[in-house]
Amino acid sequence: MSAQTLLPIIVFGPLIGAIVAGLFGRRIGAIPAQAVTTGLLMLSALLSWVVFAQWTWGGLEPFTITVLPFIHVGDFISNWSLRLDALSATMLIVVNTVAALVHLYSWGYMAEDPHRPRFFAYLSLFTFAMLMLVTAADFMQLFFGWEGVGLASYLLIGFWFKKPTANAASIKAFVVNRVGDFGFALGIMTVFWAFGTIQFAEIFPMIAANAGRTWQFAGQSWPLMDIACALLFVGAMGKSAQFFLHTWLPDAMEGPTPVSALIHAATMVTAGVYMVCLLSPMFEYAPVAKNIVTIIGAVTALFAATVGLTQNDIKRVIAYSTCSQLGYMFFAAGVGAYQAAMFHLFTHAFFKALLFLGAGSVIHGMAHEQDMRRYGALSKYLPITYAVMTIGTIAITGLGIPGVELGFAGFYSKDAIIHAAYEAGGAGHPVGYFAFIIGVFVAGLTAFYSWRLAFFTFKGHARWTSEDLEHHWHNRDHHAHDDAHGAHSDHATAAQIETHDEPLAGDDHAHGHAHGHGGHDAKPHESPWTMRIPLIVLSIGAIAAGFAFHHQFIGDEKGEFWRGAIYNAPAQHGPAAEGPAHAAAPVGHGEASEAAAQAAGPVPAHAEAPEAHHAPLWVVLAPLVASILGLLVAIYVYIIREGLGARLAARGGPLYTFFYNKWFFDELYQATFVRGAKFLGDLFWKGGDQKIIDGLGPDGVSAVSYAVGKGAGRLQTGYLYHYAFVMLLGVAGLLTYALWAWNS
Amino acid sequence: MTGLLSLTTFAPILGVAAILILRVFGRPEDAKTVNTAKWIALVTTLATLALSVLLVLQFDASNPGFQFVEDAAWFAGLHYRMGVDGVSVLFVLLTAFLLPICIAASWRSIEKRVHEYLIAFLILETLVIGVFCALDIILFYVFFEFSLVPMFLIIGIWGGARRIYAAFKFFLYTLLGSILMLAAILAMINVAGTSSIPALMAYKFAPGLQTWLWLAFFASFAVKMPMWPVHTWLPDAHVEAPTAGSVILAGILLKMGGYGFMRFSLPMFPNASDFFSPLVFALSAIAIIYTSLVAFRQTDIKKLIAYSSVAHMGLVTMGIFSGNAQGEQGAIFQMISHGVISGALFLCVGVIYDRMHTRDMAFYGGLVNRMPWYGLVFLLFTMGNVGLPGTSGFVGEILAMTGVYQASTWTAIAAASGVILSAVYMLTMYRKVMWGELVNPKLSAITDLDAREVWIFLPLIISTLVLGVYPNFVFNLTQASVDQLATVYRAAIGG
Repeated sequence: MSAQTLLPIIVFGPLIGAIVAGLFGRRIGAIPAQAVTTGLLMLSALLSWVVFAQWTWGGLEPFTITVLPFIHVGDFISNWSLRLDALSATMLIVVNTVAALVHLYSWGYMAEDPHRPRFFAYLSLFTFAMLMLVTAADFMQLFFGWEGVGLASYLLIGFWFKKPTANAASIKAFVVNRVGDFGFALGIMTVFWAFGTIQFAEIFPMIAANAGRTWQFAGQSWPLMDIACALLFVGAMGKSAQFFLHTWLPDAMEGPTPVSALIHAATMVTAGVYMVCLLSPMFEYAPVAKNIVTIIGAVTALFAATVGLTQNDIKRVIAYSTCSQLGYMFFAAGVGAYQAAMFHLFTHAFFKALLFLGAGSVIHGMAHEQDMRRYGALSKYLPITYAVMTIGTIAITGLGIPGVELGFAGFYSKDAIIHAAYEAGGAGHPVGYFAFIIGVFVAGLTAFYSWRLAFFTFKGHARWTSEDLEHHWHNRDHHAHDDAHGAHSDHATAAQIETHDEPLAGDDHAHGHAHGHGGHDAKPHESPWTMRIPLIVLSIGAIAAGFAFHHQFIGDEKGEFWRGAIYNAPAQHGPAAEGPAHAAAPVGHGEASEAAAQAAGPVPAHAEAPEAHHAPLWVVLAPLVASILGLLVAIYVYIIREGLGARLAARGGPLYTFFYNKWFFDELYQATFVRGAKFLGDLFWKGGDQKIIDGLGPDGVSAVSYAVGKGAGRLQTGYLYHYAFVMLLGVAGLLTYALWAWNS
Repeated sequence: MTGLLSLTTFAPILGVAAILILRVFGRPEDAKTVNTAKWIALVTTLATLALSVLLVLQFDASNPGFQFVEDAAWFAGLHYRMGVDGVSVLFVLLTAFLLPICIAASWRSIEKRVHEYLIAFLILETLVIGVFCALDIILFYVFFEFSLVPMFLIIGIWGGARRIYAAFKFFLYTLLGSILMLAAILAMINVAGTSSIPALMAYKFAPGLQTWLWLAFFASFAVKMPMWPVHTWLPDAHVEAPTAGSVILAGILLKMGGYGFMRFSLPMFPNASDFFSPLVFALSAIAIIYTSLVAFRQTDIKKLIAYSSVAHMGLVTMGIFSGNAQGEQGAIFQMISHGVISGALFLCVGVIYDRMHTRDMAFYGGLVNRMPWYGLVFLLFTMGNVGLPGTSGFVGEILAMTGVYQASTWTAIAAASGVILSAVYMLTMYRKVMWGELVNPKLSAITDLDAREVWIFLPLIISTLVLGVYPNFVFNLTQASVDQLATVYRAAIGG
């Protein structure tokens, strides 16, 4: 079948699944609901690969299917449409592959949950919204997908609705994303104001001619493209949890672990990166905005890695790791290496989903304990999980052999990013060097915290006892009972006791567990096959995604692969004059970028590979050396001198305290924004409305009438009629006057 | 079809007559009689809805002018002139759509003076439809003013504990505004020599006079919307009004202000509108941020939604005075959408108020444990109020902001920050009411939506989603009229 036929099936299949499971799940039962959603996702994933293959090897041309008009008001025209190009084809396979595997994984992970149809409905709803996001052909549908995934994220973080921390986290995620969307919406309005359209295909060709335009605000002239792109990037910062707007992502770990893998690692949080790459024709004419992207990305990479070093909750470590890796993607985009950013997005989806699902397998096996201080020596109980987690860790730390170009997924994509930053620095952009130095340093930190997680969990001595597990399982059972039979107040008390008893247990208490009804040997157990298959498939991705596709994404076939979906400004316009990552011009299939390229100047005839062909050897080796150093330190701290890490943490120096408390962002925001909003709300309400407006206005006037009304007691209603009568008389009198005036 | 408009407008009066007959000749307190009266009211409002659908179907959307025009000499030189354009026909439809829902929502919750209650609603429907259809300014004023009376009675008789206070606050504010408007109407008639609205729209008032006339009309419409700082009557009125009263108040009566701005202020006083647009923008921007923050601090669910209404109406006023297609269409759409969503939210409050007789958030919590369907419905409308794309709430919001961005960037920034705040207060409220453990023992037997409630919500759910996905249904209807309005306005102010 042609891609035009497949695309609607790919996108709307998950929506149908969501509706069936969401509205009829209770009637048809959990297993049918799971089967429908998972089956449709498997189909979408399969067809996505078909379309991707047609794109990569079949010479498919970019196209857009218009499904239905959305908003048509004057020039503000948006349609529901499905756009296919290299970017969306890539995102289709990323989103659907991970989503299908997460659906399957959830069969096992959520097996005991009483609300499975709802869970699967939310997962499929999320997938649909994400697919609408990546196939948008204009800003309104992009925004629809953008907020749609936000809704699904909100619902899934708060999935265990009885848990106060989950409730708070879900609201935080939604609101912080709304802060980003504030910028995003203003960015869209700026674009509409400037170009009179919100269609990508109409905007992109106009940009070169508008490159020098200014925008008047607050009595100043501002460079239009920089303002528009910076505002749009604020949206990306929210969705992709970048510095300042990152605070929601770690808290989002309150959601079930499959959700963390799908939404908060592989797909939704990469939407910001996708958006910046999609809008490359705009960002290429916004040098200041690009520098902002680079700096924010690099700072995020560093910040999140430093916090990740110190966290003890296994999911939070991976969450900060995600945040940090997203920082890499952004600074790649910021220096113009959009292809490398997308490549890292692609490889990261596999190994990060793998790490999260692996962590979920550990949590599942450890009776929902998430604190790594209570892990240790799990490799012999969870051998498959151990193996796949090790693969994921090798992939994220980017191990590989530079000379022969052979390595795990992260080796290709992360190194390409670090090299691109170096090249940008060499091309006269200091932010490039800034990002390069941070990129190398953080590669070392990444290796340390990733191996720390692996060793802390699987190696060393067991820091748990059978009694711990027994106790956990017992409590989980108690809660499963709660769920099944409705909550009563005495159960709430039980929940409080439990929370008090286990301050470190962060994951679901609603997730009951079947084990532990006496006679259980209370050992960590390996997960069922529904969970193991996704882990194994993702492991293959984590090993091979880089090796298999680096030619297409960033190598010698990249011009052929991207076919105009990404625009790199030619040297005289682009901020990075000679960076190889920037030299790839659109080869002219995408009409919009092609036109933009022509408007911008001569198109270089050849597309250069962005790999380190021009970079000095030490630049090539730097990330690898940093990564190996990180590994060695981790081995020393967590294997050779086991317990050293805990002793260092217990000593708690100022830097440790700073990192452990996440640079005190939550405290800062709590003290300023949350308290500020409450204070102003009270001030306006009790001071403004009640004292000033009502006090001077109606209360003064009506005090008399009110007193009369009160005094009248049971005659109140009678009095009402009097008042109504008086009012009618007044209206009639005024009308009489009107008639008189008219006639005279 | 001549006479269709009058038939639609006065059809509810037929129901009033039937209920009166029943009341006079039947036994008014008899349960059976009361039930019959309810059915009469429901059938009447449904018939009115059918008529208004017919009206929309027969409406020629490509014609920007007034259609179904009726013109008859009334008395004392006055004319009975009626007609609708693309904007007003939409509000007629909204009114006719919400009234059956109001009647159905009151089916069990109203126990005293049921006949009078139903009569008040039916009369109110006629008056409000009349407001949107009147093409004579005196006729408009009559409908506009008299619509106060049934609303005043609905709050004052069937309201809560502080109903007298609320009714009077409502009355004082609106009357104050309308006296000024009446003076302005008289002046206009004296100057222009006609009371025909189309003629007045074509008449060019001297700029100096426009200023005064604009201010007088503004006083009335700003109170109705309501705009900051004359908004404080609204939360009290909502809190005290019965559920259906709140639905009609938020859903339709507030829209009379916005409609007034579009029908009178903009086309008749374009220079003054342009001159005062910074004032409107400032008040709208303040309204959005100020009332959103106040909403955040409320513990009474109804009061929170009322304050949220004021914030949402801020978007309407700024959209109207931006004077471009996106702003106008955004404002109209926002009014329609808010009519549906805020009406639905008040009904959501009504559902639990009917069961527990309190609107205090602290009383609730964990309701989703026992009321999953209610949780889903409430979530949908919460998200609609937050302006989530895919619901109708989004479309009006983004268009109004885009419109005002082109006129005043500052205002758009303030409006966009309101988008953040709406998420804060709505989601906090939803969490407090719906999520968590069900700890209050009084809630342990609370029941989920019953069949009647599902039928009430269904049309509102469908409208919210359909308008959110395919808003062009509205724009197709309003486009010609709005384009003309914007074109004439821009020509008049030389922009």
